[in-house]
Amino acid sequence: ESCPSIKNILLLDSEGNRVAVKYYSDEWPNNSVKEAFEKSLFTKTQKTNARTEAEIAMFESHIIVYKFVQDLHFFVTGAENENELILVTVLQGFFDAVGLLLRGTVDKKEALENLDLILLCLDEIVDGGIILETDANVIAGKVASHSIDAAAALSEQTISQALATAREHLARSLLK
Amino acid sequence: MVYVIIKELSPSADEVIIVTSSLMKDMTSKTDMYRANAIRVLCQITDGTLLTQIERYLKQAIVDKNPVVASAALVSGIHLLQTNPEIVKRWSNEVQEAVQSRAALVQFHALALLHQIRQNDRLAVNKLVSSLTRGSVRSPLAQCLLIRYTSQVIRESASNTQTGDRPFYDFLEGCLRHKAEMVIFEAARAITELNGVTSRELTPAITVLQLFLSSTKPVLRFAAVRTLNKVAMTHPIAVTNCNIDMESLISDQNRSIATLAITTLLKTGNESSVDRLMKQITTFMSDIADEFKIVVIEAIRSLCLKFPLKHRSLMNFLSNILREEGGFEYKKAIVDSIVILIRDIPEAKESGLLHLCEFIEDCEFTYLSTQILHFLGIEGPKTSDPSKYIRYIYNRVHLENATVRAGAVSTLAKFGAMVDSLKPRIFVLLRRCLFDTDDEVRDRATLYLNTLGADGAVEDMKEFLFGSLDIPLVNLERSLKNYEPSEESFDINSVPKEVKIQPLAEKKAPGKKPTGLGGPPPSPPSTIDAYEKLLSSIPEFANFGKLFKSSAPVELTEAETEYAVNVVKHIFDGHVVFQYNCTNTIPEQLLENVTVIVDASEAEEFAEVASKPLRSLPYDSPGQTFVAFEKPEGVPAVGKFSNMLRFIVKEVDPSTGEAEDDGVEDEYQLEELEVVAADYMLKVGVSNFRNAWESMVPDCERVDEYDLGPRENLAEAVNAVINLLGMQPCEGTEVVPSNSRSHTCLLSGVYIGNVKVLVRLQFGIDGPKDVAMKLAVRSEDEAVSDAIHEIVASG
Repeated sequence: ESCPSIKNILLLDSEGNRVAVKYYSDEWPNNSVKEAFEKSLFTKTQKTNARTEAEIAMFESHIIVYKFVQDLHFFVTGAENENELILVTVLQGFFDAVGLLLRGTVDKKEALENLDLILLCLDEIVDGGIILETDANVIAGKVASHSIDAAAALSEQTISQALATAREHLARSLLK
Repeated sequence: MVYVIIKELSPSADEVIIVTSSLMKDMTSKTDMYRANAIRVLCQITDGTLLTQIERYLKQAIVDKNPVVASAALVSGIHLLQTNPEIVKRWSNEVQEAVQSRAALVQFHALALLHQIRQNDRLAVNKLVSSLTRGSVRSPLAQCLLIRYTSQVIRESASNTQTGDRPFYDFLEGCLRHKAEMVIFEAARAITELNGVTSRELTPAITVLQLFLSSTKPVLRFAAVRTLNKVAMTHPIAVTNCNIDMESLISDQNRSIATLAITTLLKTGNESSVDRLMKQITTFMSDIADEFKIVVIEAIRSLCLKFPLKHRSLMNFLSNILREEGGFEYKKAIVDSIVILIRDIPEAKESGLLHLCEFIEDCEFTYLSTQILHFLGIEGPKTSDPSKYIRYIYNRVHLENATVRAGAVSTLAKFGAMVDSLKPRIFVLLRRCLFDTDDEVRDRATLYLNTLGADGAVEDMKEFLFGSLDIPLVNLERSLKNYEPSEESFDINSVPKEVKIQPLAEKKAPGKKPTGLGGPPPSPPSTIDAYEKLLSSIPEFANFGKLFKSSAPVELTEAETEYAVNVVKHIFDGHVVFQYNCTNTIPEQLLENVTVIVDASEAEEFAEVASKPLRSLPYDSPGQTFVAFEKPEGVPAVGKFSNMLRFIVKEVDPSTGEAEDDGVEDEYQLEELEVVAADYMLKVGVSNFRNAWESMVPDCERVDEYDLGPRENLAEAVNAVINLLGMQPCEGTEVVPSNSRSHTCLLSGVYIGNVKVLVRLQFGIDGPKDVAMKLAVRSEDEAVSDAIHEIVASG
């Protein structure tokens, strides 16, 4: 597999608890394994200073790049032989996009209040391990366009409403 | 948002027809975002049938103007390739078009997908790479992919490295000057990982990596130092330019970077820098965690073996860190290193042993203390003044726990046995041990006092007490369990000395680290040395002389039969031994007394001499049985042998695994096996055929011409003769260019009796398909040359 692939992206708070995470690899089969990984990763990187520049570490035969801001910790994990600079580009894209979406105040409270934006952001960066986009402006733009458009956008409604809309569409197309 | 939720829930396609139909509608909607997301969701929850329905839309999406849509479709294609490859392969044309797209990331995704589709077709990958290296690649990610594919192409066309530059090397070198750092790094890394890379090729890559070493970004420093570390393992000289930059990295904030820097410096350092390095490392060691420390220790060990003159300072360093705090693995690594240094560097022995003695004075790990005591027992007596060590060892007898005390007693006894002058004093000490509280200690002391104190055969005693047991413990245990107390006492000679050859899957590969205190792990017997050992351990075959050649295993049964048997032919000067490797594939059967009845009526020159049956052959555990034949010495006799497997079969209850008591005799027919002339020829190549040919005396040369009759093509005829003779083709002459009308083949080998033989074959195609051959043989013995012609004439 020579396509660069990401194993997970994690956003933890300053105590190591989850804010938003997404795993793209089967190496962590269930939730307790994932949480154990997050906890031990957090403890290992806690004392380092990753605020000005992204830091890097090898952990359990993965490469982790990470960056801290206020009370949030961003992590991106890749395989041992992955190009570290590609991982850092993904990390930077995620970091800057979140900064744009939260309009400058990047801290835990803002993140939790706009969790939907963060999750959309994660979705737009990596799809199933393959990098979709690394430019923060483009990512933020895609996320924003999800939430702005009000006219019958499926993304604005809840699932039941979406299903109702879908049924309407189906009925209409059958009648045509 | 709903898209994200649907993906998380990942329902199967038949559950949510409504969702999928509305998604399909979205795929053709006017808003691009919905199209893109709908595609991604659908492709995750789809199955084969639904996929064929939406395939048309997906193909359109790939070449859509909007890059978001195109990327979505391409990435989904990459995922779908795992589950429905045939469908995705139909999209190659569209993907090909997408590769030419102007949008940067679309090109990246299209390139990834196209490569995956065409992965198995080397030529297609080659074409793809050539066209893109000449064309323009718009995003750094796509460039990185291209670099990876280029290295793959270089690796696969690696056969001809004589011709100057590699293909595409210039492209890689050009990438070193790209704008994006990730591309520069990827190219540098790719160059360092090329097969058999030369220092000239490495230089530009290393220069670039050196610049990264002094970057402000930790990620760059880490990436560079990690790559340089790998290069230092194979080309340490190339990395020495970076030493100065790396020394400053030792104090880097990031401990991983610092450790990597130190280990690289240890590999590339020269003798003068060793002292300086050691000073810096001492301060550094206290900062890092145990796992890093072990890495550094191993690097120090290799460094010491490289520069044995520096052993004093390195040994001092090792013993200092041994005294500090540390976990078991860490201390064990240090002790192992000291032991290896003692073994390999004789001048370091005395100081090393003293360091170890000081360590056991206050070592908290019983395992390490006992291992060190045992080691002292072996090495101590050989030193110039063994009495130095006695005090340390005797102190262990007083101060430690029972296991260590017992070990110390054994060691004292060894000293006493090996060094006569110390015997009386050792006896005094051992007598005091008789009053120890622990049974084992008292028993050992009594044993040694009585055996060593007695007059008479001291040498035998020493062998008995301290010689190694060459019976595998597993067999001993099994025999003891089977022994029932009776009139006859247990006879240790009846314990079989052969170890059952375990299936290769069970044995882990022996580690690359030299072993310290433990013994070397056994390796699976498949080489000629292993066969020699195996055969010489069987007493009936021990006096056959030197093993000349062992053939490759020849199958005597078809696949999927009840008993799988293959045979290895071992050729000696005056004997031939057939080793039958048998496997029983029926779980409900246990075979006993397995032998092979060989009918040698078509091999007149052979006479059966011995046969060694296989005692028991349980399910799925391969075993060997042997049959030996005598043949006229020095004569390459040939013949056909038909084989029949005979055994007693006992039913096994699969639930308990126990066999019944009585069995039934049965036979199983195997295929025939032949001993041919090629079995007497060892494939030994020569590097310069012409020189070897000239050096052979021409009067042992025989030349003759043969008509090989009609053949499929020249290559087939050449191969047939090579196989018949069983000799090694030289200088690549076994490869026949297609459509050629003539070919010269050069072969070399060693014939039985250790006679070097060289053969020059000239082939030509006469007429439609008739092949004629001229054979010229030169060897050290004219009889052998004649023999070679005989082989060809009759073959």
